[in-house]
Amino acid sequence: MRNIFLFIRRYFTFFTFLVLQAVSLWFLFNYNRFHRAKFLGLANEFTGRINTQYNFVEDYFTLKEENRRVHKMNDSLLNLLPLNFNRRDTSVQAYQDSIPYDTLGNYRRYLSRPATVVYNTVNADKNYIQLNRGSKDGITDNMAVVSSDGHVVGVVINVSPNFSQVMSLLHVQNTVSAALKKTGEIGTVEWDGNNPRIILMKKVPRTVEINKGDSVLTSPVSFNFPPHYLIGTIESSTVDAATGTYILKLRTAANFYNLQHVHVIENVEREEQVKLFNETRKKIEEVKRPPR
Amino acid sequence: MSELLRNIIRLAVFILVQVYVLNKIPHLHKFITPYLYYLFILWLPFSVSRMGLLFVGFLTGLILDYFMMTPGLHAAACVLIAYVRPFVIGVLTPKDSSEFNYREPSPRAMQWTPYMVYVLILTVLHHGYMVFLEWLDVGNFLDFIIKVIATTGISMLMIFTVELIFPRRLKFRTNTA
Repeated sequence: MRNIFLFIRRYFTFFTFLVLQAVSLWFLFNYNRFHRAKFLGLANEFTGRINTQYNFVEDYFTLKEENRRVHKMNDSLLNLLPLNFNRRDTSVQAYQDSIPYDTLGNYRRYLSRPATVVYNTVNADKNYIQLNRGSKDGITDNMAVVSSDGHVVGVVINVSPNFSQVMSLLHVQNTVSAALKKTGEIGTVEWDGNNPRIILMKKVPRTVEINKGDSVLTSPVSFNFPPHYLIGTIESSTVDAATGTYILKLRTAANFYNLQHVHVIENVEREEQVKLFNETRKKIEEVKRPPR
Repeated sequence: MSELLRNIIRLAVFILVQVYVLNKIPHLHKFITPYLYYLFILWLPFSVSRMGLLFVGFLTGLILDYFMMTPGLHAAACVLIAYVRPFVIGVLTPKDSSEFNYREPSPRAMQWTPYMVYVLILTVLHHGYMVFLEWLDVGNFLDFIIKVIATTGISMLMIFTVELIFPRRLKFRTNTA
């Protein structure tokens, strides 16, 4: 008996080692799959708190990716807006065209694509924005560009296979057809090249009541822009003595200083509209010309 | 700074680095898991008793297990290297020189070659045992061998780098202190 005790005493460290190994392995094989939650329940409070702190920091590194995902999601939602669809009068329908219908007879009028700004200026009087999507992604001239929160940014004026050039609202040659949100009066929005936060709206008749802070939206009669996207809010108004119409100073809705993600919106029927418009004009010209 | 406080801080740093840096970065390959935390056990002072080493090792492994949700896996490997450590030190260093002059194992205390051999032996034991326990669940033998070699390689590289970047200025222990 004494020898046994002596033996245990002599190899006490070794026995401790064996016991600890046994405990570890018992943890490993007993708790491994099903009881893991139980084993961890004790310490979860502790590790959880440290993990939370760590997450605060880690989140910043994934913000960009998260941002991109949200932007993409927004774009898919933008494509579902009822504004993008029109109801075609089917009673006088004579032909089938290629634009897809849904079951309610709605057809797509506007199609949105996400894009990222790769180059942007606000300081020149002719400001251009470059996007990372080009003709390969189906971008063509005259598509509307709105910022990620749905505010008007500009119009595509040139495309290469992988990039497209956008004429920003802050371009002295830019004119956008706009309408007052409250009364629906239509005018044009231009920029005088002075302040990147202020653009001008002209040709609004003086009969309209103007209040500071009124919203100005894209007009429903534009070929390029889908209707009801915010351009800006009225800052102040003056009267143009020459024409007797208002000159409204608008504060731009989109912040051109930090544009990152934008949507490029295509008017699917633009070609048809423009063709009709030009043909009509030609026809009228011919009529006006005195027959000989 | 007292010995105890220094080692507690060291343990916290090693565990945090292991959990939040080395386990988070994208690994070179699924076989190559960078492990560094067990360097804490290799750096424990000579003066810790063998029983103490065992319990400290068990605790270190268990804390990491809590973070990595692998109950017992690292604890088992740590207990093993904590048990073997005194024997390896005893073989590699003359009994009466370094152990009394320096506080803990380091390239300064043991010379570079014996120190790296000491690290290599314990690294292979740690990884070998741990991968073996993992391998009992899944995997084939070739995977096991490759994984042990690859993980040991990356660990040795990291420990070597750590020793070069953070040379521990250990005071020479004298009788006057």
